[in-house]
This record gives sequence, C-alpha cells and structure tokens, in this order.
Amino acid sequence: MTTLFAFAEARGGTLRKVALEAVTAARRAADALGGGEVHALLIGGPGIAASAEQLGRYGADRVTIVEHEALERYNPEVYAATAAVQLGSGNYRAGFFPASAQGRDLAPRVAAALKLGLAADITEFELTEQALTARHPTSIGKAIATLRLSGTPALASLRPGAIAPVVAARTATLLSAAPALDPAAARVVVTAMVERGAAKLDLGEAPVIVSGGRGLKAAENFRLVEELAAAFGNAAVGATRAVTDDGWREATDQIGQTGRLVSPTLYVAVGISGAIQHLAGMRTSKVIVAINKDKDAPIMKLADYAVVGDLFEIVPRLTEEIRKVRAEH
Amino acid sequence: MKIAVCIKRVPDTESRFAIAADQKSIATSGLKFDISDFDGYAIEVALRLNEQQGPGEVVAVSLGPEGTQETLRKALSMGVDRGVHLQAETIPFDGLAIAYALAHELRDAGYDLVLFGRNATDSGNACVGPMTAELLGLPCVSAVSYLEIKEGKGTAHRELEGMTETVAFALPAVLSIDEGIARPRLPSLKGIMAAKKKPLDSRPAQLGPIQLTVERMELPPERSGGRIVGEGAEAVPELVRLLRQEAKVL
Repeated sequence: MTTLFAFAEARGGTLRKVALEAVTAARRAADALGGGEVHALLIGGPGIAASAEQLGRYGADRVTIVEHEALERYNPEVYAATAAVQLGSGNYRAGFFPASAQGRDLAPRVAAALKLGLAADITEFELTEQALTARHPTSIGKAIATLRLSGTPALASLRPGAIAPVVAARTATLLSAAPALDPAAARVVVTAMVERGAAKLDLGEAPVIVSGGRGLKAAENFRLVEELAAAFGNAAVGATRAVTDDGWREATDQIGQTGRLVSPTLYVAVGISGAIQHLAGMRTSKVIVAINKDKDAPIMKLADYAVVGDLFEIVPRLTEEIRKVRAEH
Repeated sequence: MKIAVCIKRVPDTESRFAIAADQKSIATSGLKFDISDFDGYAIEVALRLNEQQGPGEVVAVSLGPEGTQETLRKALSMGVDRGVHLQAETIPFDGLAIAYALAHELRDAGYDLVLFGRNATDSGNACVGPMTAELLGLPCVSAVSYLEIKEGKGTAHRELEGMTETVAFALPAVLSIDEGIARPRLPSLKGIMAAKKKPLDSRPAQLGPIQLTVERMELPPERSGGRIVGEGAEAVPELVRLLRQEAKVL
C-alpha cells in the first residue's frame, strides 16, 4: 500500500494553516495513487497532542506526536533529525512540507540528511509511481518551471496558500515518539519569539492585501490603506520597497523581489506605479485592483480593475463602500 | 574569522526573458548577469564582520560556467580576499547536487562561518544553504535579518510570518542572509583595480547525483489586465459591483 508523509507545522501550541495544506496534499496524492495512508508528523511542546485530531479531519490516517518541553519552539536540528528518522523508517512514496519560514529551513535539511532531492516551493504537483512532477515559479515569477523529481520518497515543499485545505474526514490513529536527537545537544536554539508590530494577518496568509506606494506621499497617509484593510476585515497591509526604504513601513511589509512573494485572492494596489521588482512579488494574485493617478503606469496594465484618479478621494470612498457590503453580509 | 560566502551568478531580473530552444531554460543571449541579490547582502555581512573583528579572510565560492569568474571578480572588487570557481557546464536546478560540490570544497577548510543569500533570485529554491549545512554537519540559521558574533557565539534574528525569532548558535555555522541586514557596498575604482591581482582559483565542481531536473520552462500567461473601470471616486460603486458580481471576491 502507498503511504504518504506530511509535516504538520505548529506554532504556539496550535496547528498552522500550512499544516492542513500539507496533509491535504498528501491525501490528494494518496487518492490519486488508488488510495493509501497519510501519516502526519506533529512536533511541539506539552499539550500539542490535542491538535492531532484536527489532522485526521483533513485526511491523516496516522499522526505521530513528538511532545517535549524543549520543543515548544522550533529547533532546526531536533526537528530535522526527527523528521528524517520518521521519513526514513516508513515505506513512504512522498513527503510534503510547508514552504513556510520554518519549512524552508526544515525541508532542505531533511532532504540532505536522507540524500534526497527536494522540489521546493511548489504551487502544483502530480505524483505517479515513477516521479513527482511539480510547478515552481522561478526568477521571481518571470518564468515557471515544471520540475521532475526522481527518487523515493519524493520530497516537496508547498508554497503557502497554493493548495487549499480540504476536509477529508478520517479518524487518525495517534502514536507518540521521542525526538531523534536530545534537544539538550542542539547547537541552534530559539531563545525568543516576538510578535512584529500589531500584525494581525500575515501577508502570506491573508486572503486580501491592501498595499501602498509612494503615491501616498507621506507615512501618515498609510492610515488610508490601514482603514481600507480594516474594512475588508480579512486583509493585511503591504508596501513597496520605496516605502519601506524610506521607513514609512517596516521592512517586513515589503512585497516584491527582495521582500515577500504573495498571491492573495484580492490585491489592492494604492498609489503604486508598479516597478518590475514589485510586480514580481504580487503578479500571481488572483484579482488585482489598482488605484493610481497615471493611467499608463505599469500596475494599471497588470490590474484586472483599474481606477484612475486621486487616491485621496477614491480610497476613502472605497473603504466606505466595502464597509457597506460587509455590513450587508 | 575565516568566512566563506557562496554566491551565484544569475540573470538580472530586469532583463526581458525568453525561453531557450530546449524549452527547459531561459535564453541567455541578451541577458545581463550579476551576483544574486541576497548573495550581495551575504558578502557585505562577511566584509563588515572582519572589518569590525580584526584580521581574517573572506573567500567567495561560486559554481557555474565560465562567466562565473566575472561574478567572482565583482565580489573581489567589493573587498573579498580571494575567489574559488567551481567549474560546471551549467548550474543544476537540483540544490542537493550543488550542496555536495560546496560541501566538498568547504569541508575541513577551517571556516568559522559559511554564508549564503536567503535564496537565489533565479531558481528561488532557498535550499543550498541548509543542505550544505546538513552535509557538513554544521548548525544552520536561515533567512538571518540581524547578526551578532561574540567570542565564538552567534545571535541572529529570523523573520517568521508575523514574528521575529531570536536564535543563539555555536560557531562554526552556516547562515543564509536575508535582505535589509546591511546594504551591499558598491565596488570602488581602487577595489576594481585591486581585484585584478587577487587570487582566483578554478577547479572542477564535484557535483552530487542529479535527482531534480527541469522538464519544461514557460513564461507565465499574460494577464488580461488593463481594464479601466473609471475615473475618480465616482467609479468606486462600479468597481465594488465588479468585485462582487464578476470577480466574486467580496
């Protein structure tokens, strides 16, 4: 029987959405191969076992829980050694990791420990008996590679948000295991985790992103962007590099070649002309709205819906209209 | 400290891209090449560490075809002490194959730090750094946005989704460097002159087996964008209607 592996990322004692995405990918692969088992690995501090059942709801048949007081926070060496042992000990056809901040650190280490190739940061895939075929945006989205990975298990990391979690109710068998490496022996230790600013929704996870550029003219005018984001209720705020370089927003808000690459359902660009480095970071958004005074700006050519004019009039009106729509629903 | 910086020669993303005849790569004719963005930050971090902490050596290592030497010369002109070119006809897409070659070069060579950029701007895999660390059996911190080294111990920040992680690590270590940590300096005229006389070794890369290949390379579908809904605040109700009824995103 085919078995598939999924790494279930947790933070602060709860599963992250990317954990459900990895389990969904594994479930989909198992079903495509004529049915099979999905085994998830869940690592965390005391109490993490309570999250295991939720993985069953998304298609896991077995969850191996590694609970340890020193693993409340990510530990690269212990997590990698443990995942490598789990993956190496089962007869797995493939293993799926999130390409999140944690997964981008973890998955390559696991792959190298097992001397296996890794298809990293993929947006789509197909798994057959022979190979894993996957799509991966390269050169900041200016070209799309179709990759072929041989070797078993085939390891892949999934771009967050690319595969939507699907409920596939199973009742997972819960097992517990010890870490494969004594956390006391780790040479890399996370000593603190601090929330950045008042960030409610992360850019990588928000269904809507409202982004601002130089057209806002001053840092304090970002209030307009914040208010529009608040009206949507499920939006994060992004910025262009020009704006983060000027210190109007934190560097971590930057969307583009040297910042975050995002693909929300809706991207609203406010006062952004659309330098190629910025477009690279958001061009895969499902629907793009641009508000700009210059109808010939590159962002207006890319946008599905463009409104030409003074953003200082348009944005407050849009905020008001979105509030009305949200109130009706 | 003895610091290695692993850098990659990549096409400038401002270039116009076309698919090569093999349908598996980007056509190189007419492309400008440069050091990958994040690798520039890694070079700057290495130079500053040794400027602050006294004498040491910064070695730039790069794997690829002949043009790679030009990229290494640029690193030398920024202040890197010497370069190592690992010759390969093409740069494989398989990060593990590259990590084998780098680990072969860096193993037992007495490096206190091995630095990478967070990811290459072309392949965008963010794999080679952590993979090389694993092959070398060294601790690794990826996507470092702040760094401090004191008495053989390091402290780094990593940006997670919505949070910043503080990480303590032991040296020697492998780090991949994020943007924003230290803006790369431009080569001075003096640096460019000096670079011509700096040592640049070249030897065949000891690549690992290739398991991951590019089967096809395509340009992304053109967005059928450019639809002007209207002008000014009066266009907002129509925009909202389209978002609800046509795009169905509200």
